[in-house]
Amino acid sequence: MNLTLKVWRQKNSQSEGYFETHQLTGISPDMSFLEMFDVLNEKLVEENKEPVAFDHDCREGICGMCSMYINGRPHGPLEGVTTCQLHMRSFSDGDTIVVEPWRATAFPVIKDLVVERSSFDRIIAAGGFVSVNTGNAQDANNIPIPKDDADDAFAAAACIGCGACVAACKNASAMLFVSAKVSQLALLPQGQAERTIRAEKMVAQMDEEGFGSCTNTGACSAECPKEISLENIARLNREYLGAKLSSKSV
Amino acid sequence: MAGSSRLDAKIPSGPLEKKWSQYRSTVPLVNPANKRRIEIIVIGTGLAGASAAASLAEMGYKVKAFCFQDSPRRAHSIAAQGGINAAKNYQNDGDSVYRLFYDTIKGGDYRAREANVHRLAEVSGNIIDQCVAQGVPFAREYGGLLSNRSFGGTQVQRTFYAAGQTGQQLLLGAYSALERQIGMGTITMYNRHEMMEVVIIDGKCRGIIARNLITGELERHFGHAVLIASGGYGNVFYLSTNAMGSNVTAAWKAHKKGAFFGNPCFTQIHPTCIPVSGDHQSKLTLMSESLRNDGRIWVPKKKDDNRAPGDIPEDERDYYLERRYPAFGNLVPRDIASRAAKERCDAGYGVGTSKLAVYLDYAAAIDRYGHAEANKNNVHNPSKEDIVKWGKAVVKEKYGNLFDMYKQITGEDPYEVPMRIYPAVHYTMGGLWVDYNLMTTVPGLYALGEANFSDHGANRLGASALMQGLADGYFVIPYTIGAYLSNEIRTPAIPTTHEAFVEAEKSVADRINTLLNVKGSTSPEMFHRRLGKIMWDKCGMARNRQGLESAIQEIRALRREFWNDVRVMGEAKEFNPELDKASRVADFLELGELMCIDALNREESCGGHFREEHQTEEGEALRDDEHFTFVSAWEYIKESDWGLHKEELVYENIKIAQRSYK
Repeated sequence: MNLTLKVWRQKNSQSEGYFETHQLTGISPDMSFLEMFDVLNEKLVEENKEPVAFDHDCREGICGMCSMYINGRPHGPLEGVTTCQLHMRSFSDGDTIVVEPWRATAFPVIKDLVVERSSFDRIIAAGGFVSVNTGNAQDANNIPIPKDDADDAFAAAACIGCGACVAACKNASAMLFVSAKVSQLALLPQGQAERTIRAEKMVAQMDEEGFGSCTNTGACSAECPKEISLENIARLNREYLGAKLSSKSV
Repeated sequence: MAGSSRLDAKIPSGPLEKKWSQYRSTVPLVNPANKRRIEIIVIGTGLAGASAAASLAEMGYKVKAFCFQDSPRRAHSIAAQGGINAAKNYQNDGDSVYRLFYDTIKGGDYRAREANVHRLAEVSGNIIDQCVAQGVPFAREYGGLLSNRSFGGTQVQRTFYAAGQTGQQLLLGAYSALERQIGMGTITMYNRHEMMEVVIIDGKCRGIIARNLITGELERHFGHAVLIASGGYGNVFYLSTNAMGSNVTAAWKAHKKGAFFGNPCFTQIHPTCIPVSGDHQSKLTLMSESLRNDGRIWVPKKKDDNRAPGDIPEDERDYYLERRYPAFGNLVPRDIASRAAKERCDAGYGVGTSKLAVYLDYAAAIDRYGHAEANKNNVHNPSKEDIVKWGKAVVKEKYGNLFDMYKQITGEDPYEVPMRIYPAVHYTMGGLWVDYNLMTTVPGLYALGEANFSDHGANRLGASALMQGLADGYFVIPYTIGAYLSNEIRTPAIPTTHEAFVEAEKSVADRINTLLNVKGSTSPEMFHRRLGKIMWDKCGMARNRQGLESAIQEIRALRREFWNDVRVMGEAKEFNPELDKASRVADFLELGELMCIDALNREESCGGHFREEHQTEEGEALRDDEHFTFVSAWEYIKESDWGLHKEELVYENIKIAQRSYK
């Protein structure tokens, strides 16, 4: 396959970015999208030019490190697939592909296609946990959990924290990310003790990080590579409202 | 063969089943006021690192945690699929601490330390309790209790799981505990940081030099103790199931500063991975071992059979694992399943375009589950379509994400045609040598999880890596570190202006400058590929003297070429992934040589280490217990020069036997 690639280049967070165009030839349809980037970078090094920086690690769709808008869509054209699992057979010979970093105030660009996502970590640090020190646990089978609840909690917990929901949202809202963690723990008996304070603290931190508001458009869930459901946002709204009604702390 | 005087494993005395409980009750403690003044550095935030950092911070120590990724949640433990073992015996099928201990020692082909493995089995149940309490959503039965499945090398169901994403869920549990402590201010987190050097003062490890990967600045960090939990070194093979960034650098720097390296040649080749599709391949993807629970592995009985799998009738298929190993069938341990696949492909029975693949077939499982669902739904004459539909639904629930991943990568639908699989490098049993306290040969420097060599001998059983990582972090190091730190309470924080820090930083800066100034013509990536090919061809699934001797020469030549011809773009003081990569490849180029030397030295076959000169008539691994029942611990002397120390393995509780899964 022969392709035209328009890639965002930006030296660092202070400098201005621009699109750079590259022609690629002989791309195999069996390559992954990131392997196509490997080919580009190898070519750039041969030409004594600086390779394109992009985030990636596991390359099997689970670590959440890869990002990129591909033709304007987070993680590219397929549903339920991360950039690293996207393969070139999803494109056609002669295509022009435009690649950009996530665009959100809370995700500043570090270089080229690499952004800073520590804001997600700080939201988890604010309350996305059960406070149980090592050694405090009772036997794992002491509390039966209905299979449906466990399955729903698991579906929410499948979030990989990549930030595609934020990238997809016109307001750069992090509601899907926050609601996935709040839901997982609200659905499980272990999460009950801190249920209200968790919703309040995580939402407060989300606001502080500069994420936008949710207007229930649903682009987040539509573009989520793990297909995290919008129901989680509904649940977060309930949790948050309930927490605020009974709040003593905030 | 006596153990070296410098290798005291510090195994407590007493009967095996009491060693840990007695030791735990007598190991010196550090009082809460002193803990607040003691600083601990943790490198890596996978299962071992995150659980250790969180647990130590909960106890009151001041912790600094480092990871090279953009978030601690990305560590490669996240990609573990199938499950985690624990001797809970919830299935009432005869499991016990002893049986888990026995299976692990046997699975490791009698090359692991009894006391460590027994401790691992003892704490395995606590791990499940801890994770459930954190909100880890393990798979459950309709009654609300935890579900289990089987894994290779065992005949009980002791594996806990969360679909095919067990590693992800366990890591997110440990990560949430870590983030909680970060929020409380007891852990300072340094993400996008790479450990570049350890700092030794008066013979003790006292800190590290780290590189901020965003700015390129070098930083000095003091710690009363340093814990290396940076994972394994499978990426020395270039193509492996490891993440792209997984590297040996932290462990290798520790090794070069005096920490012995244990059994470097013990690498695990996982039998069920998606085969290589072309020269562009950057990594390989695992298909969980749990798939061997229900899938059947076969090749055609006829050589070079080019028919589609569906056109090959049942009696013309060779279910070679079931044929050769009737007792364990498709659930033999990984080393055995991998070699059997290689044997069939080498003999000309491989499938697919490359002929380097075998089939993993789900048709029988779909049929069996379909019938079971029909019975559950009280349908007594189900149509074939209904059976297939129900069967596929059950398989989807158990393995859905794995099937999706296979389809995404290969473009084929595994619900309709058998998967093609082939072995790939997956895990390294070798690692930094540690004593019972998990301390390396450098006082104050510890190694946890895959980074150490300790519990899996020559072959790791499936679902045991998650268990070991979390055991080390949650339930071992919090106790054993007291033995060292109780003597450090009078040591004040050493200022990082100390000359040892200055020198260490300078050596790192010099090396970076050297890398950038070679200004050759070949990218680090190309050197990595070439190293990987040497390692896979000559130090991979099968090894022999001639190949290993030539590999050592080739690696030395490649290393010289690297330092004369590498081209590293960009600058030192900026975000520069090319420089990060070059620095890691330089370390792999040294490690590869040691692995070949170790493989050459071990004149026997055991577990994942298969020397072609040492096999039974049936082609099974032939151990030499008289001469090789020891851990090889290598001391770095200078470039291409290592000294061998031997830790003799004493089996007081298990009778060593030839491993049989027939």
